[in-house]
Parts: sequence; structure tokens; C-alpha cells
Amino acid sequence: MTPPDYEYLRKLLKDHSGLDLSADKQYLIESRLLPLSRKHGLAGIGDLVQKMKAGSASHISQVVEAMTTNETFFFRDKVPFEHFRDTIMPEILKARAGRKSLRIWCAAGSTGQEPYSLAMCLKEMSAATAGFRIEIIATDLSQEVLEKSKAGIYSQFEVQRGLPIQMLVKYFRQTGELWQINPEIRAMVQHRQLNLLHDFSGLGVFDVVFCRNVLIYFDQDTKINIFNRLARSLEADGFLVLGAAETVVGLTDSFKPHPDRRGLYRPNGARLAAPATMPRFAAMAAGH
Amino acid sequence: MRTCLVVDDSSVVRKIARRILEAMDFQIVEAEDGEKALEACKRAMPEAVLLDWNMPVMDGYEFLGHLRRMPGGDAPKVVFCTTENGIDHISRAIHAGANEYIMKPFDKDIVADKFKEVGLIALTEPTEV
Repeated sequence: MTPPDYEYLRKLLKDHSGLDLSADKQYLIESRLLPLSRKHGLAGIGDLVQKMKAGSASHISQVVEAMTTNETFFFRDKVPFEHFRDTIMPEILKARAGRKSLRIWCAAGSTGQEPYSLAMCLKEMSAATAGFRIEIIATDLSQEVLEKSKAGIYSQFEVQRGLPIQMLVKYFRQTGELWQINPEIRAMVQHRQLNLLHDFSGLGVFDVVFCRNVLIYFDQDTKINIFNRLARSLEADGFLVLGAAETVVGLTDSFKPHPDRRGLYRPNGARLAAPATMPRFAAMAAGH
Repeated sequence: MRTCLVVDDSSVVRKIARRILEAMDFQIVEAEDGEKALEACKRAMPEAVLLDWNMPVMDGYEFLGHLRRMPGGDAPKVVFCTTENGIDHISRAIHAGANEYIMKPFDKDIVADKFKEVGLIALTEPTEV
């Protein structure tokens, strides 16, 4: 890959997805884009760049997807889901006892493993959530990825990453070598295409936001901007869940870390405008 | 050091499993069928068993039944590792006392995930993407 091609791809990815590649990520581009070049019968990344420069929107969107799609598995890292079950949900259920409804957003829903893991968690605690209306909204930049999530069909390899065998037996149906998550769990998750760089206030206000392992790709200013907007999309007593290698510390005072649950953050009430003025079901009112 | 008994009639599979599990700090004992595996358990009860289903002499399912009735035989974490990937087999295995189930083909990541699942190895800090 020539240096001008690399610079072109860096700038394009930054503009389209916010992905901020440092100057030494040639290997990452090659590992993701060489297979894509081959798929299109192109000799290499240089030819792919030519197609993009010629204005091929489909090549551009496929390159952005290939570069921003991440490996994911069910119950990834385990601990955030234990926090969800043992810390977040008990507190939110208590706080919403009057309203009897709550909303959860998976801001990097990817191929569905995270939103469906949350849905299975909720199913497992259905005694506690009885009578509650619970929404899970999964968003992703990539339409292709969302389609896979909606279908809820996974390979034998995918269902063996992070998913306890009892959960597989309980919540999946086998069709040949593939496994599909049950309709009941699928129906708990709604899907929307969304670029975190753009305005997401139309999704409404949430009680819990999972935003894991996605902001690491953004530069500092973009991260700060997204955190500040996320704070406005969360109830004042809501929870933000970040990936284990991520933090708000040193970036923004919109959130404060949970004192003893690593990876959990709460809106910093001291500087938060009243979010209750925002429509709770704005996305639905807008007819999405 | 903790011991994992690897039970499979294929020496190739035992060798792959040995390499993966030794990297996780297990001491490996190998057995090529259920009967030899039972003998190994009588000599010394392992902490973990990675268990094939279809084997000559005594299959993995029958071995598991005997193991769970042995004194101390409820202690080892048993992870099936088999080409039997039907939900009926999986359900039978769980009912008979298996703790986890790997459908072949497998790799190091799947073994690590399943061993974490049953508490045989610690959850480590996730690595940077």
C-alpha cells in the first residue's frame, strides 16, 4: 500500500465513520481490505482506492464496514452482564417502580450478541421484571451487520464463544449447522441504523446505555462530543457501560465512574440539564 | 498444578488438546477410551475432564455416568468435546452431569471460553481490540 493510498483511506474513514487510525495501522487496513479487494476481483488495495476515488458509493460503504466491524461474542467480558443483573437492574427497577417502563440502548449492537445477551439476562430475571415494559434498541453503523442481528442466526463457532451451554439449549433452535435465537428473545430487541457521529437525540432518553469497544476508535474530540451527547440521552439516574479498556476520566465531566463497579458510569448530576424534558419515546413518535 | 484428563480415541485430538491446555497451566493425563479414563480417575481424581463422546470400549457418556457415581466423582468439571452437535446429545450430556459442551471442530478460544464458563480458569482482563 502506497503512503498516498494510506492517507486517502485514513481521511475517508475519519470523515465517514470517525474511525481514527494512527499513522502505523497499515497492517489493520491490509488485513481487513485485502479480502475485500479479492472479493471484488481487484488486484489489491491500490485498485480498491481507485474505485473509491472514482466515486463508487458501494465500495466506500463496504470499506467503512470492513474497517469498523469488530469481533463480538455473547456475554463478552462477563463482568458487565453481572453488573447489569446485580447492580444496574435492581436499582433501575426500584427507581422505575412507578413508571413500570425502562429503555436500554446498545450503541454498538453489531451482529446482535450484546443486545441478545441483555435480552437473555432479562429473561432470566423475569420474576423481578414482571409488569415492566422493557425496550432494547440495538444500533449499528452497518446495515449488513444489523440484518445479521435481526436474523439472529449464528454459526456453531459463534454460539460457542461466551454463551453457556445451558443458554444455548434454552434460547436457541438448531437448523443444521446453524443456530437461531428464539423468536421470543429476538422480539425483545429493536434495530436501527445509526452513526454515532450524527445526532441521536431522536432515539429518546434511556435508562441504560451499553457503548462498549466502539469509542476507542475515535479521536479525543469526537469521544468527548459523543460522551456529552450520551449524557443528554441518559436519565439522570441512568447507567453508561463502557468497555474494560475505556474510560471517561480525563475526557469529560458529563459522567462519573461508579465507585466500585468498574466500567459503569453515571451522569454527573451536578452539571446535567434536566433530561426529563426530552420526549421519552421520540423515536416512536417520529414514526421510525 | 491442576490436572486435566483428556479422553479421546484420536491421538491427534489429544495432542491438540494437550497443547492448548498446557498453555493454560494444566498438567495433562491422556486416556483413549472411557474405561482407561475411569482407571485414571481411580488413581487420582482430576480437576477437569475434556471428554469425547464416541470411543471404542466405553464411550464418553457411559464414562460420565460411572464417574459421577464414584466417591469424589462429582468434583471434576467435565467438558464434552465431540462431533455430536445435536441438541438431543447436548441435553442428554447436561442431564448426565456434564458442566459444559464443545462441538468439534474446536480451537483454543473456545476451550478457553468454556473453561472460564465453569470456573476452571480465571476471567482475565480483556485485551485491547
